[in-house]
Amino acid sequence: MNRRDILRRTAAAGLLATPAAGLLAGCATGGGGDDDAGDTYKGTKSDQNPLGVKEDAPLEVVIFNGGFGEEYAKAHEAMYKEKYPKAEIKHSATQEINKTLQPRFVDGTPPDVVNNSGAGQIDFNGLVSQNAIADLGDLLNAPSLDIPGKTVKDTLLPGAVEVGSYDGKFLVLNYTYTAYGIWHSTKLFADRGWSYAKTWDEHIALCKQIKAAGIAPWTYAGKHPRYMSWPLIATAIKFGGPSVATAIDNLEPNAWKSDAMKAAADAWHQIVKDKYILDGSPGLDHVQSQTAWCQGKAAFISCGSWLESEQKKVTPEGFNMTIQPTPSLGSGDKLPFEAIRGTAGEPFMVPAKAKNLAGGLEYFRVMLSKKGAQDFTRKVSSLTIVAGSTEGVDLPFGLASVVKALDASGSNGFNWVYNNYYRKLERELVDAACGEFFSGRIGPAEFLDQCQKGADSIAQDSSIKKYKRTA
Amino acid sequence: MRHGKYPLIVTFLVPPVLLYVIFVVSPYLQAFQISTTDWLGYSAEADPVGLANFETLLHDGRVWNALKNNALLLAIVPVLTIGLGLFFATMLSMGGRKGRAGVTGVRGTAVYRMVYFFPQVLSVVIIALLWKEVYHPNSGLLNGALRAVGLPAPTWLGDPRTAFWCVLAVMVWANVGFYVVLFGAAMSAIPRDIYEAVLLDGASRWTTLRRITIPLLWDTVQVGWIYLAIAALDGFILIQQMTNGGPNFSSDVIGLRMYETAFGSESKFGYASAIGVVLFFLTLSVAVLALRAARRDRIEYS
Repeated sequence: MNRRDILRRTAAAGLLATPAAGLLAGCATGGGGDDDAGDTYKGTKSDQNPLGVKEDAPLEVVIFNGGFGEEYAKAHEAMYKEKYPKAEIKHSATQEINKTLQPRFVDGTPPDVVNNSGAGQIDFNGLVSQNAIADLGDLLNAPSLDIPGKTVKDTLLPGAVEVGSYDGKFLVLNYTYTAYGIWHSTKLFADRGWSYAKTWDEHIALCKQIKAAGIAPWTYAGKHPRYMSWPLIATAIKFGGPSVATAIDNLEPNAWKSDAMKAAADAWHQIVKDKYILDGSPGLDHVQSQTAWCQGKAAFISCGSWLESEQKKVTPEGFNMTIQPTPSLGSGDKLPFEAIRGTAGEPFMVPAKAKNLAGGLEYFRVMLSKKGAQDFTRKVSSLTIVAGSTEGVDLPFGLASVVKALDASGSNGFNWVYNNYYRKLERELVDAACGEFFSGRIGPAEFLDQCQKGADSIAQDSSIKKYKRTA
Repeated sequence: MRHGKYPLIVTFLVPPVLLYVIFVVSPYLQAFQISTTDWLGYSAEADPVGLANFETLLHDGRVWNALKNNALLLAIVPVLTIGLGLFFATMLSMGGRKGRAGVTGVRGTAVYRMVYFFPQVLSVVIIALLWKEVYHPNSGLLNGALRAVGLPAPTWLGDPRTAFWCVLAVMVWANVGFYVVLFGAAMSAIPRDIYEAVLLDGASRWTTLRRITIPLLWDTVQVGWIYLAIAALDGFILIQQMTNGGPNFSSDVIGLRMYETAFGSESKFGYASAIGVVLFFLTLSVAVLALRAARRDRIEYS
């Protein structure tokens, strides 16, 4: 028997097997159903137990095992257990939230708490449009665990609820508070006698000075160029006011081509034109570019406040990284220089079909208690959305600068959420446009055009659920 | 002994066939069914939409762009890999001449054979990470060498003109070793006296390869061709690790498009399944075509 015969016979066997397999087909989507709604654990609501937790109901928590690790979650679980000693807690941590949990969502048996984060994050648009996430409204109105006289909602920083809200319903608890800005090394600047520029013209002048000193003014993650969309959009919002962001989030026609966006793109094109970007940056990924920055090969980099912990291992002693807002375009800016993008990040959710839904909400109440939040900040050096959770915690240099920047920004802080609404728009489409723009292959007009085309393609795709926000 | 044959065959055949049907055939069939729905992947609800996904696919520029890259891979990777594989294998098993009689490889054959096989031992992800650093625009091996001899240092993976070709080169590099060993083994099955006769007739190495070795290795080459064609339609891991399809989709492949549609930036499992179904038929046609096109008379040694 030669190879071809084997192939032929296998094909025949495959045909014979088809009817049998046909019976199996459909199980990926056939499971689940709504008949198990009656199995959820419910306790009696009281002042002590505002969410109606059944005290002996088991709780399953799945944590994204990324930059923050899983130890902080174990501490929160211990706090929950302290309150409900009879509850059995099942803890697991994975880097592949998506692949691990997808079958369980389909099956109708998801865990009670999911930390939906990382590269393997489940697209929120898909989850929300399939009603897979529980409404966290009850949690907001419940009294805080250890801040007397306040509801959970009262204890949160401004903007924390809006970020996780879809069509007015609060569905996703973004636990950390992240600032996005431009970073530099305080030491490098002090050694060279440079100081951070507050206006764009001064920034360009400083770039010239830095380049003359033999250091590249900028570097960026060429493989994830969306990192550079952050300061660019921030510049536009500071110039034109928060409505610039609302228009982009709401997929309004030509939102990417607004005057403010044009002004910002023209301004940022300067650093490309004048070659103020480290050679080879388009070929670097985020780790490589951040490392080059830590090695002093470049002066500025755009990143969120996770940068310090991400770079812990390669940051030289005394580097003292500092975050700063984007420079103002001019005196006509609607927002002051101090205004910075601050937003809640690190999403947690309770699946709508969780068996112990009340327990999941209660677990969030534990996370949002002062004790829970302080423990988190201490363990992973990151801010939480709980106001004042940094009190009495020793912060590393970079994070302290983040707190300072957020304080200075105060009510002028701004944010955008199109990346949460439409993951593809930022991750793929704007990302690709930024790559072309910051490598100098296209100019500002083409850049905004490509972004707008991406936004339009999302707007026209009827299979993607659309969201609107007002402010 | 005839009566004992069938129970034996059945015992050995049923468990693997069952496993194959449950874990391979049934997901395939499910993919066909899912491709006709708008399933978003995180609920049990999916509405049938008929062939709407395939219609969208027909007008999806990104999918066509990815297919174009796969077509390039398909046209280039097998030719380069098999060509290099044949060349190295020939040199290793009969390249040595030095005027002596007999058929031997070049000096150091054993070492070469081992070195060529190294990439095959590494996992694809490791290969991707390794080459990502080699292509590092500032501190990479490649640009270091180029700079040392005073040549310009391109950005390689960061430039849409070069990114795709850089990954293609890695694909060839990672595969050649296996084919060197495969062809080498097949060559050692060719009777030595044929070569000795050719040698006596004064044939050059090139003639020997073209007139004797390749025709006698044709079956093996054909198998290699099919494997490589299937690999060229995939290319997912290297691309995802090294460029993630970028810059500006210049190195996108169909496998990555499918992954991004289902698990990456969206959760459209119905649409992703439709891409999968198309890929399935493409792979099947390519395999059949390769078998057909390469059909020749079989030579049996006795």
